[in-house]
Amino acid sequence: MFGLSIVTLTLFLPLVGMTVLLFMKEEQQNEIKWTAFGVSVATFFASLLMWIGFDNTNPDLQMVQQWAWIPQFGINYYAGVDGLSLLLVILTTFIMPIAIMSSFHAHVIEERGRAKLYYIFMLLLEWAMIGVFVVHDLFVFYVFWEITLVPMYFLIGIWGGEERRYASIKFFLYTMAGSILMLIAILYLGTNAGTFTLEGAGGILEQLANGSLTLPMGGFFSLQNLLFLGFFIAFAIKVPVWPFHSWLPDAHVQAPTAGSVILAGVLLKMGTYGMVRFNLQLFPEASVFMAPVVAVLAVIGIIYGAWVSYAQTDVKKLVAYSSISHLGFVVLGIFALNQAGISGGTLQMINHGISTGGLFLLVGMLYERRHTKALDAFGGIWKAMPVYGGISLVVTLSSMGLPGLNGFVGEFTILLGAFGSSVLGLTYTLFATLGVILAAIYMLHMFQKVYLGELDKPENIALKDQPLTWQEIAVMIPILVAIFLIGLRPAPFFATMDASVNQLVEEKLELAIPQEATESTAAIDQTVVDSEG
Amino acid sequence: MFVLPTLAELNLVAVLPATIVAVGMCLLLLLDLWVPAERKVVTAWYAIGILALAFIANVLVYNRPGEAMFGMFVADSTTAFLNMVVLLTALIAVLLSVDYLKRAQMEKGEFYSLVLFSASGAMFMVSANDLVLIFIALELLSIPLYIMAAFRYPTRDLQPSSPLYNVAVKSEESGMKYFILGAFASAFLVYGSALIYGGAGSTNLNRIFEVVSILLQGEATQAVSPLLLLMGASLLLVGLGFKVAVFPFHMWTPDVYEGAPTNVTAYMSVVAKVGGFAALARVMASALPVLVIGGAETAAWQFGVSLVAGLTMVLGNFVALSQTNIKRMLAYSSIAHAGYIMMAIAAAGSSVNAESTLNAVSVYLMSYMFTNLGAFAVAMALEKADGTGTSLDDFVGLYRTQPQLALLMALFMLSLTGIPLTGGFIGKYFVFGAAVQAELYWLAIVGVLTSVASAFYYMRVVINMFLRDDQPGDPAEGATPYLMSAVYISAVGVLVMGIFPTLATNLFPMIPALIPLFGF
Repeated sequence: MFGLSIVTLTLFLPLVGMTVLLFMKEEQQNEIKWTAFGVSVATFFASLLMWIGFDNTNPDLQMVQQWAWIPQFGINYYAGVDGLSLLLVILTTFIMPIAIMSSFHAHVIEERGRAKLYYIFMLLLEWAMIGVFVVHDLFVFYVFWEITLVPMYFLIGIWGGEERRYASIKFFLYTMAGSILMLIAILYLGTNAGTFTLEGAGGILEQLANGSLTLPMGGFFSLQNLLFLGFFIAFAIKVPVWPFHSWLPDAHVQAPTAGSVILAGVLLKMGTYGMVRFNLQLFPEASVFMAPVVAVLAVIGIIYGAWVSYAQTDVKKLVAYSSISHLGFVVLGIFALNQAGISGGTLQMINHGISTGGLFLLVGMLYERRHTKALDAFGGIWKAMPVYGGISLVVTLSSMGLPGLNGFVGEFTILLGAFGSSVLGLTYTLFATLGVILAAIYMLHMFQKVYLGELDKPENIALKDQPLTWQEIAVMIPILVAIFLIGLRPAPFFATMDASVNQLVEEKLELAIPQEATESTAAIDQTVVDSEG
Repeated sequence: MFVLPTLAELNLVAVLPATIVAVGMCLLLLLDLWVPAERKVVTAWYAIGILALAFIANVLVYNRPGEAMFGMFVADSTTAFLNMVVLLTALIAVLLSVDYLKRAQMEKGEFYSLVLFSASGAMFMVSANDLVLIFIALELLSIPLYIMAAFRYPTRDLQPSSPLYNVAVKSEESGMKYFILGAFASAFLVYGSALIYGGAGSTNLNRIFEVVSILLQGEATQAVSPLLLLMGASLLLVGLGFKVAVFPFHMWTPDVYEGAPTNVTAYMSVVAKVGGFAALARVMASALPVLVIGGAETAAWQFGVSLVAGLTMVLGNFVALSQTNIKRMLAYSSIAHAGYIMMAIAAAGSSVNAESTLNAVSVYLMSYMFTNLGAFAVAMALEKADGTGTSLDDFVGLYRTQPQLALLMALFMLSLTGIPLTGGFIGKYFVFGAAVQAELYWLAIVGVLTSVASAFYYMRVVINMFLRDDQPGDPAEGATPYLMSAVYISAVGVLVMGIFPTLATNLFPMIPALIPLFGF
């Protein structure tokens, strides 16, 4: 349409919507809400069109659009999707209407006002997040990456909980500190290559390989390792990988419900996506070299997150820490550096977005009614709100990884990948499996405390009179559908990413892995492909 | 025998923009005599007219590189670009001053003459191709600034009991401080020029470059001491370092910025930096980039300049963290920004980088100009007639009372932090890029890390405006149409530079006229 690719249209729809909102009056509350919602739904359908037009067999970037932005420096708006990014774009556009609708009656917005600003930030955030996933120019990627900070900072800072000022500035500084080292790495690649496109930066790596570009230091401090770290630290803080996680519980607990949903659902995925897109693709040798270290951090994160979750007395904090554990799985899968691991990791990003996003929504619904998040304050909620209890059970089980639901497919594939990986292996897998068990423990502990038991507290009995509204049910239905859909029929999702993952593994990573080790993985990859088919 | 130079030799067309401002200033001094005291706004409009005229002249001579006044004056793309920055700075300063001068009861016609006076000094400075002209232009730039800093001096009829007395004394003090230290720094500059003249036998930057190049190839026929040149360069760095306020020559900045009337602070925080950095960039990047001692790969002054840049960024940003007054905070922030620009100058020491240094300095100065003037303009909107209302706490709840002003201030703060899609990010990208190209990685890393620290104090302003409700918001009485027009111009500049940076970068045909002369 008008020479714009569907990717560009999807990307800029939220921005157009935001501009429309700018010209509306604060008093037009309903119009503002529904415009924001309508725009985000339209964006979702646009992204579905993208999926329909997507060619599963083509591993390269599709629906590409390229415009020069700062031609003197080889900076281009260069956008498209491939198997690694398409699902994440759809996840973003899927979560956003849910997050927006869930804020329609949020008491923080009614209490603090400024609804217009709130929805403007929501759409700005959606624009920036889609941008992160679709652009293939390092510079523009960095631009979108940094822009996501601003609306999220305000969402937490203005509409957050009691400690919102502390949490928002911590979020801002922590993530900015990480990403700014990435800027140096990007500048290095871009100025040496004369272009910032991913392919162009790849040219630098050839120079690295033939030795015409080296730093005086060798070994651990080789140029590729340093560049790898420049990117990795930025992503690790975003994910967050243990020990860079301390901003996350604060941000989550203080953020308004929709903010938490977006944070857990999409923002954290930007980190894991960045690892696949940039770390693995640009620095395969360094990835192989670093994989064991990263995997150790991931495994520590899995167990630490689960352990700390169990100790929480605040439901939202519990879910926040569980994210650290779940994303540990994703990072482990990615750094297994094989087909199963990376596919599983990517699918698990989607799964985590759906189920943890769902959990935050559920916690938010309870919070709206009871104005507390303390585990001890609840008990027997299922009896008071049966529909709510039933939905919660499904989402909790999905987050635990029960077979038949989405979480299981992702975790299982990741463990398979880690087990068959020539750089990781059995020990990592065993410890990670421990995390699966721990997840069951803390999740069931939470479920028991909140939903089961005696309905003895008068405040909880009063919940009988406040059943879920139609809007609350409406936001949960797509989540439930997605949970069952991915759980029962994961093949289309795997099929979308297979070609791209395969290309990444075969053309980049396997060449970087010492030869004798690769054969054992081939067999396992084959079994995964068979089981998916 | 004295021969009168012909007009063609003088090539006055190249000097046209700066000349218009200088001549216009002289006429304004005369005109002012006939303007009655209650209609001083006429002088402001006259000044705007002169600036517009100079702007048009600048556009007309934009793509006509050349030299004037026998090589003392060079018109190249850097000159034209920075002329534009100076003219915009002066324009915004005039808009900021109209109502502020009235409120502060210091409306005198000379004010706008002084603005034009120092603007013409800055314009000569950005085009100076000779150490002598650099010195003269610097004085032309600085002396009006001393006067303007003290412009709110206590008049005879101002009683010590008056609420306006304190702020008047502070203004006078700041002018005095600035003058004494500025004169001291000028002496360093002259001494440095003399030593360079002694070493190179010329004050012309092109000629110095030639001499140093010959020296490098070991074909020196006369006894030229690189050490003399290095000492000269160091003293020059001290003199200009004072003007642009880099560590350790920054001590005067917070006091002067706080004491001077805020419109003057806004103006001098930009115009002095434009002039100072342009001269520094020309001397370092055009004249002395090849001053290499003992077979090293980079210029001998590079380490010193890098160290100054690094320490300036660290000091400026970390001291700014603990400020509670917006003027002092912006003063330390301007020191920090001087450190970032210094980083680009240091990059010139790796000789491939003369071009990227001049471009980086120019782009950074332009984005800094829009951002800083915008931030000061918002601060002025909150300031009361008696000089109070400049505390960071006065920003609390501004979003409630003046949502538009608060949003624009947030934009300026994000730009100072260097968040993408604002001009500040593009400027930082250029200077970090220059440093990375020059392989000054440690300096670039210091730069980005201190940027993170800077986010903390810039965001504090945003926190106060948006996230705190514990006080009723300031009504921002100073937000008059004149001032708001300055805010809008700055905001548009910040956004345009951030979103369409090519509009600014396309203004360089990229090659300053000097450089190809030497196959550089």
